[in-house]
Amino acid sequence: MRSTRLALGLLFTALLFGAAPLAAQTVKVGFMTTYSGPGAAQGDQLDKGAKLYFKLNRGKLPRGVKIDLITRDDTGPNPDVAKRIAQELIVRDKVQLLTGFVWTPNAAAIAPLTAEAKVPYTSMNAAGVSIVNLSPYMSRVSFTLWQSVYPLGQWAAKKFKRAYIAVSDFAPGHEAQEAFTKAFMEAGGEIIDAVRIPLANPDFVPYMQRVKDSKPDVLFAFNPAGKQATAMMKAYSDLGLGKAGIKYIGPGDITTDEELQGMGDAALGVITAHHYSAFADRPANKAFVAAYKKEYGQKLNPGFMAVGAWDAMDLIFHVIREQKGKLDPAQNMELIKGYKSPNSPRGPIAIDPETRDIIQNEYLREVRKVGGQLANVEIETLATQIKDPWKEFNKKK
Amino acid sequence: MEAFLSSLVSVAFHGIAYGMILYVISVGLSVTMGLMGFVNLAHGAFAMAGGYVLTSAISRFGLSFPMALPLAFIVVAAASVLLERWLYSRLYDAGELEQVLFTIGLIFMSVATAQVVFGMLQQPVVLPDYLKGRVSLLGRDFPLYRLFLIAASGVIIAALWFGVERTLWGAMVRAAVDNRAMAQSIGINTRRLFTLTFALGSGLAGLGGALGAEIIAIQPTYPFEHLAYLLIVVAVGGLGSLRGPFAAALLIGVSDTACKYWLPEFGAFFIYVATIALLLWRPAGLFGKRL
Repeated sequence: MRSTRLALGLLFTALLFGAAPLAAQTVKVGFMTTYSGPGAAQGDQLDKGAKLYFKLNRGKLPRGVKIDLITRDDTGPNPDVAKRIAQELIVRDKVQLLTGFVWTPNAAAIAPLTAEAKVPYTSMNAAGVSIVNLSPYMSRVSFTLWQSVYPLGQWAAKKFKRAYIAVSDFAPGHEAQEAFTKAFMEAGGEIIDAVRIPLANPDFVPYMQRVKDSKPDVLFAFNPAGKQATAMMKAYSDLGLGKAGIKYIGPGDITTDEELQGMGDAALGVITAHHYSAFADRPANKAFVAAYKKEYGQKLNPGFMAVGAWDAMDLIFHVIREQKGKLDPAQNMELIKGYKSPNSPRGPIAIDPETRDIIQNEYLREVRKVGGQLANVEIETLATQIKDPWKEFNKKK
Repeated sequence: MEAFLSSLVSVAFHGIAYGMILYVISVGLSVTMGLMGFVNLAHGAFAMAGGYVLTSAISRFGLSFPMALPLAFIVVAAASVLLERWLYSRLYDAGELEQVLFTIGLIFMSVATAQVVFGMLQQPVVLPDYLKGRVSLLGRDFPLYRLFLIAASGVIIAALWFGVERTLWGAMVRAAVDNRAMAQSIGINTRRLFTLTFALGSGLAGLGGALGAEIIAIQPTYPFEHLAYLLIVVAVGGLGSLRGPFAAALLIGVSDTACKYWLPEFGAFFIYVATIALLLWRPAGLFGKRL
């Protein structure tokens, strides 16, 4: 009985949709993120940011234009799965635009598909510096580590002489190390030692003891936000490195807004460079944070990944709006290259037409207590409308 | 030379603190494996549960840290009695493959449950003020919390040894480990003994997880991430003994710390190389019974 009613209901809905105006343009957008496995927390941020934008803005499309957002689970940093779901989205579901991905390997894996099918992909988060070079249909609205770390290194060299580098032993860690070393040494600083810490490492105290004994002025750190970064900061404060006059700095990835509350007071005073803080007082950000909290709960702060997803959706809406829903592959890329938004929660952003990578501001922040909550408080703008430095350096050669 | 000696002291200190926590968490695993011949890979889930009990008791119910620690022990031990009666006891006579599959399944379920209830993010641990800060000794700083860890683990270990070596219950456990059939035939109720011992081992894991929550972060993938370390402690120490895992945990804690301090490039591999070497030398572990 119940199933009959359900079937009737479905039939009715189907008729209702079928009866919608024939002129309607439905654009299919493939959205790939992580819903299962250990990376689900990050994947969830993309989901929340993208769905929020979609919910608030889908009414503002030109008449008759609809977006069908098709979501798929990539199960974590898993290039094989990423390639398979992207292929299914392109071939079976006939999507015209692709977006999503927390993880660089996944974005890299689908690059050949985007070129072959002429379906543009926009990275919501995957930040591996070279992925946009892999296909003319790849673009990015998130960030690169060079973008935050290089200006941070230049800033640090003005304040400190001797730096110690401690990064997690994985590709982003190596990128951060390279960027900081270049900026810091160019500006006359000295790197006294660098250590790469394995990703599966429960105890950071021995590493921090070693840092303390070699007496640097500043410790540049990069490891994944959450338990790794927290454990290292705790070891840093337990051993009194701060009292010994060693400053703790790093890219904003080590004090992300969503993890920060769980990290506790060990994070206080840490200086980071990043493009987004949930506590930034730009009006666009305040509106975004308010909408996010209204949708997902007052206690939840959006992080930079949610903002990446939000802005990627804005770019996709821009592409669809400008063509009134009739998408042309060549036109798509032209529109993506010309994308500019003065009102992103992180400030003004644009896509660099040459590299299809993001141009944005980088802010210097300090972790402080604001109204009983830990917050990344923006102190100054470290770099205005900065392009990815790595691509700039490699262009000149 | 003086600098070397003083770094030697701090390496030993931090290594011992780390080793003690490893021991408290994994001793239960060694006992259940030795006593019941049961391969309980889900042991880390009990440690994680203890951590969650501690953090929620403090942050949601406003309990103090010293109150929350025994609570972690009690809650986890009580829960493990139910699990033992309902689930584990059905597989005592099953083969090792079934036991391994079953307990791996339990890990997956515990990870998913923790994820649903507490979310993917790590749980903040609020330490009381008297455990924050440092003590300065001979020009080195020693975090108070780690001193407390060593002291607390020391007390737990002493109590455990006393219980196993000097009480009637301990004598029964040792008898059952040595020869289960004979123990049964002289009237020891091994079924009840198993339940009690299992609860004690799991409770200790819960207590260890709670004690160490500040060092080993409490988040849903905990039972998977630390499984290798727990198994190494038990394998190197030898099954069914108390002394073996203790020596193994201290050895691992100190040598791991030392290697990370002096040779950070090899920090990741050292512990595995050492384990392989030790097991080649003594396949039954440092203090294991010859199997």
